[in-house]
Amino acid sequence: MTTDTLNRAERSRSLFRFAAPQVFYPIAGRLAPWFAGIAAVLTVVGLYIGFFVAPTDFQQGEVYRVIFIHVPAAWMSMLIYLVMAFWAAVGLVMNTRLSFMMSQALAPTGAMFCFVALWTGALWGKPTWGTYWVWDARLTSQLLLLFLYLGFIALTRAIEDSRRADRAGAIIALVGAINVPIIYFSVQWWNTLHQGASVSLTKAPSMATTMLSGMLIMALAAWAYTFAVAFWRVRSLILERERHTDWVGAELEAEAKRQ
Amino acid sequence: MNSLLGPFLAVLRRDLMLAWRGRADVLVTLAFFVVVVCLFPFGVGPETNQLRAIAPGVLWVAALLSTLLSLHRLFAQDHIDGTLEQLLLSPEPTPLWVTAKVMAHWIVTGLPLVIAAPGLALLFDVEQGALGVLTLSLALGTPILALLGAVGAALTLGLRGGGVLLALLVLPLFVPVLIFGAGAVDAHLGGTGADAHLLLLAGGLLGALALTPFACAAALRIAVE
Repeated sequence: MTTDTLNRAERSRSLFRFAAPQVFYPIAGRLAPWFAGIAAVLTVVGLYIGFFVAPTDFQQGEVYRVIFIHVPAAWMSMLIYLVMAFWAAVGLVMNTRLSFMMSQALAPTGAMFCFVALWTGALWGKPTWGTYWVWDARLTSQLLLLFLYLGFIALTRAIEDSRRADRAGAIIALVGAINVPIIYFSVQWWNTLHQGASVSLTKAPSMATTMLSGMLIMALAAWAYTFAVAFWRVRSLILERERHTDWVGAELEAEAKRQ
Repeated sequence: MNSLLGPFLAVLRRDLMLAWRGRADVLVTLAFFVVVVCLFPFGVGPETNQLRAIAPGVLWVAALLSTLLSLHRLFAQDHIDGTLEQLLLSPEPTPLWVTAKVMAHWIVTGLPLVIAAPGLALLFDVEQGALGVLTLSLALGTPILALLGAVGAALTLGLRGGGVLLALLVLPLFVPVLIFGAGAVDAHLGGTGADAHLLLLAGGLLGALALTPFACAAALRIAVE
């Protein structure tokens, strides 16, 4: 019993160990290239399946192939906001600096995916619906999500004191996360009240397995890409924040020697 | 109970008194609301049917922008003269006096809009039966805007370019209020009844009243730390 609790205490301490920027910095540096490699391989495989293996859609023709970028980007943009809010909450509760840095490292990638989803959606909408944009519930809430990302990024960049920037950003991320479902359902209701289901985003009921597998592979590629980019970005954040410490000096010297 | 009500009323009275002493600031918000609403006919043309159709949306967007315009004043003066720090140091719970400040702010900037809105709606030839719904939706919705905006105002306190940043932060959060507020009038005119919209707005107000003072208190502590 006592050894068990001891082990658990040790284990939790070892997990908390990774919350120290000094410990996490080299780990992130070692993991990032792996994730980048995985992302590159999966993207090539996914796009190959998407463009050459998957059958042509009998209704939409070749245009539908934008789905292989559009849907993973949309998934990722929503997921990253939740992860961002999660790290913000962890940072506020546990008072760990790395959590705040992680949420700030994720935000630009989330905004990028959000933008990609909107852009590819517009390009897809023109040939299929005949318009680049409709005030459909999904499109509108995606646009508002982009605004939430931009607000978070602008706020954290506008505050010079990093401690205040961390906490203020965490609060707006949490307020946004609480509001995302409210925004989503209100926009959906607004849309259905106004124009009914004139444009429906529902796809063919059964999707060819090759299409689905291509999309899932692309989604995994987006995950790996996010890991890689977030790790690289968090490393720069750590260096910037900890530049006064001895270990950063030693680390940079060692890196300079290697080159 | 009285121990909570006392400080609440004291802060409320103080803020209302300060607003009364600087009446011009308050009138500017109202004037902005009126001017923005009156600009729309110049933009979209004086065709009555069209004006009637866009009236609820125009009034709501104008109310939202006027709220936004006055938000930065909510804590700025107290931040500059140090009152805010004294309040934060006081033993009274922060969410309590934050609520009092937001309430005073709403009485000063939100309530005049609610009172002026029916008159402006007549300029857009809105059916008289819908005026009550419009007023009620604004009366329920503008306090939500003030409460949500207070969090943004606290987060951007004392920042360079805080005003623009504040707009970027809170405008996406205002969207549900705008949808249900303007939607209430449309639903009434469309014949489906505005009950659902008004109930949702009232629910949103209660939710915002319960949650935002705490977020705002946390944001203020971060800002003056």
